[in-house]
Amino acid sequence: MKREMITIDGNEAVAQVAFRLNEVIAIYPITPSSGMGEFSDAWSAQGIRNIYGTVPMVMEMQSEGGAAGAVHGALTTGSLTTTFTASQGLLLMIPNMYKIAGELTPTVFHVSARSLAAHALSIFGDHSDIAAARSTGFAMLASRSVQEAQDMALISQAATLESRVPFLHFFDGFRTSHEVNKIEQLSDDDLRAMIDDELVFAHRQRGLSPDRPSIRGTAQNPDVYFQGRETNNPYYNACPAIVQNAMDKFAALTGRSYRLFDYAGAPDADRVVIAMGSGAETAEETALYLNEKGEKLGVITVHLYRPFSVEHLLKALPATTKAIAVLDRTKEPGASGEPLYQDVVTALSEGLAAGNAPFNQMPTVIGGRYGLSSKEFTPAMAKSVFDELKKADPKNHFTVGIIDDVTFTSLDYDPAFSIEFPETKRCIFFGLGSDGTVGANKNSIKIIGEETSNSAQGYFVYDSKKSGSITISHLRFGPKPIRAPYVIGSGDANFVACHQFTFLERLDVLKYSAPGGVFLLNSIYGPDEVWDHLPKEVQQTIIEKKLRFFVIDAYDVAHKTGMGGRVNTIMQTCFFAISGVLPRDEAIEQIKYSIKKTYGKRGEAVVQKNFDAVDSSIANLHEVKVPAAASSKLARLDPVPAAAPKFVKNVLGKMIAYEGDDLPVSAMPVDGTFPTGTTQWEKRNIALEIPVWEPNVCIQCGKCSFVCPHAAIRQKVYAPETLEKAPAAFKSADAKFREMPGAKFTVQVAPEDCTGCGLCVEACPAKDKTQVGRKAINLAEQVPLRETESKNWNFFLSIPDADRTKFTPNTVKNSQQLRALFEFSGACAGCGETPYIKLASQLFGDRMVVANATGCSSIYGGNLPTTPWAFNSEGRGPAWSNSLFEDNAEFGLGMRLTIDKQAEFATELLKGFSGKINDQLITDILNADQGSDAGIAEQRKRIAALKETLKGLKEPQAAQLVNVADFLVKKSVWIIGGDGWAYDIGYGGLDHVLASGRNVNVLVLDTEVYSNTGGQASKSTPRAAVAKFAANGKGLPKKDLGMIAMAYGYVYVAKVAMGSSDAQTLRAFLEADAYDGPSLIIAYSHCIAHGIDMRKGLEQQKNAVASGIWPLFRYNPALIDEGKNPLQIDSREPSISVEDYAYNETRYRMLLQSDEARAEMLMKQARSDVDKRWNLYRQMAEIEYKAGEAQKTEE
Amino acid sequence: MVDLSTKYLGLNLKNPIVASSSPLSKKVENAKRLEDAGAAAIVMYSLFEEQIKHESTALDHFLNRGTESFAEALTYFPELEHYYVGPENYLELIQSLKKALDIPVIGSLNGVSAGGWINYARKIEQAGADALELNIYSLPTDPDVPGDQIEAEYVSLVASIRKEISIPLSIKLSPYFSSLAHFASRLVKAGANGLTLFNRFYQPDIDIDQLEVVPNLVLSDTDDMRLPLRWVAILNGRLDANLALSSGVHSGEDVLKAVMAGANAVMLTSELLRSGPGRIQEVLDEMKALMVKLEYESITQMHGSMSQKSVADPTAFERAYYMKTLTSFDNKL
Repeated sequence: MKREMITIDGNEAVAQVAFRLNEVIAIYPITPSSGMGEFSDAWSAQGIRNIYGTVPMVMEMQSEGGAAGAVHGALTTGSLTTTFTASQGLLLMIPNMYKIAGELTPTVFHVSARSLAAHALSIFGDHSDIAAARSTGFAMLASRSVQEAQDMALISQAATLESRVPFLHFFDGFRTSHEVNKIEQLSDDDLRAMIDDELVFAHRQRGLSPDRPSIRGTAQNPDVYFQGRETNNPYYNACPAIVQNAMDKFAALTGRSYRLFDYAGAPDADRVVIAMGSGAETAEETALYLNEKGEKLGVITVHLYRPFSVEHLLKALPATTKAIAVLDRTKEPGASGEPLYQDVVTALSEGLAAGNAPFNQMPTVIGGRYGLSSKEFTPAMAKSVFDELKKADPKNHFTVGIIDDVTFTSLDYDPAFSIEFPETKRCIFFGLGSDGTVGANKNSIKIIGEETSNSAQGYFVYDSKKSGSITISHLRFGPKPIRAPYVIGSGDANFVACHQFTFLERLDVLKYSAPGGVFLLNSIYGPDEVWDHLPKEVQQTIIEKKLRFFVIDAYDVAHKTGMGGRVNTIMQTCFFAISGVLPRDEAIEQIKYSIKKTYGKRGEAVVQKNFDAVDSSIANLHEVKVPAAASSKLARLDPVPAAAPKFVKNVLGKMIAYEGDDLPVSAMPVDGTFPTGTTQWEKRNIALEIPVWEPNVCIQCGKCSFVCPHAAIRQKVYAPETLEKAPAAFKSADAKFREMPGAKFTVQVAPEDCTGCGLCVEACPAKDKTQVGRKAINLAEQVPLRETESKNWNFFLSIPDADRTKFTPNTVKNSQQLRALFEFSGACAGCGETPYIKLASQLFGDRMVVANATGCSSIYGGNLPTTPWAFNSEGRGPAWSNSLFEDNAEFGLGMRLTIDKQAEFATELLKGFSGKINDQLITDILNADQGSDAGIAEQRKRIAALKETLKGLKEPQAAQLVNVADFLVKKSVWIIGGDGWAYDIGYGGLDHVLASGRNVNVLVLDTEVYSNTGGQASKSTPRAAVAKFAANGKGLPKKDLGMIAMAYGYVYVAKVAMGSSDAQTLRAFLEADAYDGPSLIIAYSHCIAHGIDMRKGLEQQKNAVASGIWPLFRYNPALIDEGKNPLQIDSREPSISVEDYAYNETRYRMLLQSDEARAEMLMKQARSDVDKRWNLYRQMAEIEYKAGEAQKTEE
Repeated sequence: MVDLSTKYLGLNLKNPIVASSSPLSKKVENAKRLEDAGAAAIVMYSLFEEQIKHESTALDHFLNRGTESFAEALTYFPELEHYYVGPENYLELIQSLKKALDIPVIGSLNGVSAGGWINYARKIEQAGADALELNIYSLPTDPDVPGDQIEAEYVSLVASIRKEISIPLSIKLSPYFSSLAHFASRLVKAGANGLTLFNRFYQPDIDIDQLEVVPNLVLSDTDDMRLPLRWVAILNGRLDANLALSSGVHSGEDVLKAVMAGANAVMLTSELLRSGPGRIQEVLDEMKALMVKLEYESITQMHGSMSQKSVADPTAFERAYYMKTLTSFDNKL
């Protein structure tokens, strides 16, 4: 039977099978598995049917724990059920996995294996999660490529139904889940042929039903639990053979043959590597290559990892085996070896003892770790493992792929070693996230894969910034199958394209070029002038490697054809034109076909502008005549300024320059603790335009810096004499601050850190009276301003920060005198979340401890290389940590408990010194009023004096008190996270923490979707908005978290939107901190996932409030004691319609554009939601209170 | 019993009242209410080519933005099966209106590009519209573009659309032409079957607190009828085309005035937006009562009876009389 060849990624390949084989799918988004859930949800919404003829029901849950519970419930009542997850998500499923396995329930969980968060979170691939789940009783089946992932998805389903043992099917996160590869697609008939309907019926029949009642999930006692646990042995014993049978059946059907332990290599190999996942493919290809050079090597790919069949492993090993290296893509600190290594050692030992081994003598067995967090595992590394096995005393418990200069576990390897086929073309594209490079390359690889006889592979590397991010696309194609699950190495690329000229200043893009290759550059300089604008290093490489050099001004073509900054189709056309993979006309036809397919439904205008761009490309493509010698005076820039601290320069700087792989183990902190304030050293220069201040128009209101998401526009009030040393271009005005009469005032921009989002301009209320289009802040091109403004910025930084004791931050303008201790994050340009965080850092940063839920804020807040949390001139600043996604409230509460306990202990100790030291000091410390910055400053002085005094005392309690005395200075605990955390996965914990009555401040950055994982619906998603998992518009209203929290009566609750009222936002933050109990601030955060012009984010906030969608209020329980109603509604009755707000946003508008009738129905209900809620709030705010009605009881 | 029937653009209308281009024609149920209240025809709201292009490119921009640049969020929106960002909704509405209504349905089009005008005109005809009104709304502001160039472009546009479609074609004009009568005549020669006088443009306002230019939609009042009334009276009988009067018609009396001046059809918009579709029935009743009172038998009888050509003093519609009007107005003060 002829099957279709398709070019897709691993997630889609797996989801296509899982979707067609199941009836119920319970999901929760987590990288890198989210794609499988999203595909399933989309197909379900489209009414696509499974092989049984019904549309699978897809349900998004509140957490992976919830998903596992729902899966368990659906299974136990007889549905064919699946789920998709990874990493921490799999950990949350483990309890249910024990149950599901214990009850012998067939199911397959598809897992894109990912690192676990330990010393740090990582979204990338390894087998730590799989290793953590290996004792659950799930069978585990590993795939190593996109084709295998599809195939094993089917084989595992067939095997689980027959064996009744539940399966975990896994493949490498990103490397396989996100690799685009050409595969043979399994048809519905294939699926039907592999699945025995009788087994499906049997599963359904085992489902609990009141028609044939039974109970499951009993509690058992010491008398029988043990025996019960042993009952399933026959099922596990039978499982390997069942899997092999399924594989054999599959082979007969498709011709692709798999074994539980697949051996490849020399039949008489002396050295064998055992591995699973994509790394096994690399090892195998390397072994085959080396065998051709005369080596005797073999590789065993482990497919069925659990139940681990000793018998099958032993059978797979050649009798000639002398030495074995077992590669684990995980680390188990403190173990006698990593899991697979231990399994193999045990198997060999048992086999030899029982006489089942193919050899009589125990081979040398070593184990090693590789590829953690998607660290590349290349043929060079595989070769180094084989080479190690040659040694008389090979290194055991080694690592490969890193330099371990601490415990010297690492193997050396030769990075120049390559096994790439000469027939395969290798191409690398450097792009900006926003220019569409990756999307175009995905198209290209599909065109090559599906329209030519070539095999094709695409893999895409992203950076961790959400604005100005760089993407690197690795494309391979050629006549031979591509089994190369690693990125293209240095010197291997036949084609290198750089889609942004400025990358040449920062990155060594041509290190990838193979001699004689092609270099395509997007350049505003034409073929005759570009050479002189290249850095010298680039010129030299072009000459030395004899590269053919092409340029195109893609910006110009994009501009003229209405493509804006998206140069993707233009560069794609040039790639096809130069590479010649298809005849030029055919390539253009295919590109256009693909454009029509991708963009057709977005309208003719979109298709036409892309067509125009394609048609204009080739005429603008020019080959450059390369001079004989390099002549440039320009040099590549250092990644960080020379003034940067040593750690920043030597460690973070390397990461910024994309050389982090070269850092040795010793360069990294042992416990994941890093210095703060490092973003200031990463001068990203991503803004095309930056704000320029007009002192004569400015009214010094502070709004521009208040709303700046990146703390890139700031202001200071300072003594006039400060200006004596100012650069000539430094601007100032007479300050209008009564706290400092006669002072000067400056608004200054950090030109190299600004993202050019324009929120400051939008927020600026001051207009030039003679020309109202000119404000006190206007955007102007960055490049001409860069040098001058950088000097001004450095001078500005040298001006002392405002004296916190003088500027009471109870007005917006005063609040902006306080230094931002959250700066230059990698958040999206115009981010709606970061201004709130920055405000908290200004108000409380010098005494702030932050627990940050996983999500956008933990990524822009804590993703290396540089991090935005900073410190002030006294060295104080926020201390920050991220624990998990689900536990953040509890994590923050724990921080509070430490502070409370240690303060209590310090108080006890201090009292014990009564009569021994100055009693007045003790009294002053214990009775200090720390309600203001001035009071806190005084207390800090007292504590310093106390420590000084205690130093002279010898008694042990003095040392104890010195150790904990700082806790006597007020601290502010902030628990920060998004709505996915607060409304969904962390809600239970949040509820408990709010209920605890402890003094914590919770800041919910409410974007109304899971922003970090790409816009999945949360319970915060409002009715009528489209989100992933709510593709036809959410049919239910947003959960009212504020109302729930108010129900406690002793929780401070505020709903804020700084775009609507900055003053109310400021007041809420101050009140939350001041309230001696739990506080919850729910902050409207406009987001890229709303589909708005981010520059208009503040205006949308205003509209949200004006429409009643987002009423502003503060609920302050402290008022109850004063006999006042604690609820103060801070916004006016709705004055615009919900539509006037909603239809400015793509998330609402796209439903109107796709299903007008449903959009109108949901909008009507949304209007009703607003009316009802407003009515309820209004009535609550009118209730009369009497003094002393506070409900909070003493702890 | 008076006879209200008239002919407009070759269509037989049961009375002169046409529900003009407004949001009321966006829904079949509202259009049905207009018909039930007595509207003789409906001009649909305009299909704006620029808006279609904008919707399409905006959707594309927001669906693309931020995608494929951050590993955890390769997209931000689900891919929906279909988006109605082209003219599909408009064309489907024509079909639905044609099915639901017995009265003629006149399409309305505002194009940008030459290709767009022709393409959409053809589609509107294919969807079943009984006639097409071109809503040529553009405000020439470039001091380097002379008026004759603008007029030539209009004429050429009308000629090119005329070539492509066979349904009747009317042109909705603005009053801002230096020789309106001559220009109108050129349009008719180029193929226009009718002219609608005039388009009312939104006139922006200035907010002196916020220092912003703000859109300002003001519904017409009866005084707004003077300008089209004069020009209908002037043009009646001088062109081989039907005339429709638009702007400021609010009562049965206004309709009769328009007909007397020479309008074949009278467009109602503001009055319907303000008072609802049911107002048409009242206007018709007012017309009938007045006609009985004034002893008119039919609309045909009064049509053009007070046009410039028909009145005793044709200069009454011309400039000279302007000063006198002002004087009499002052005297009233």
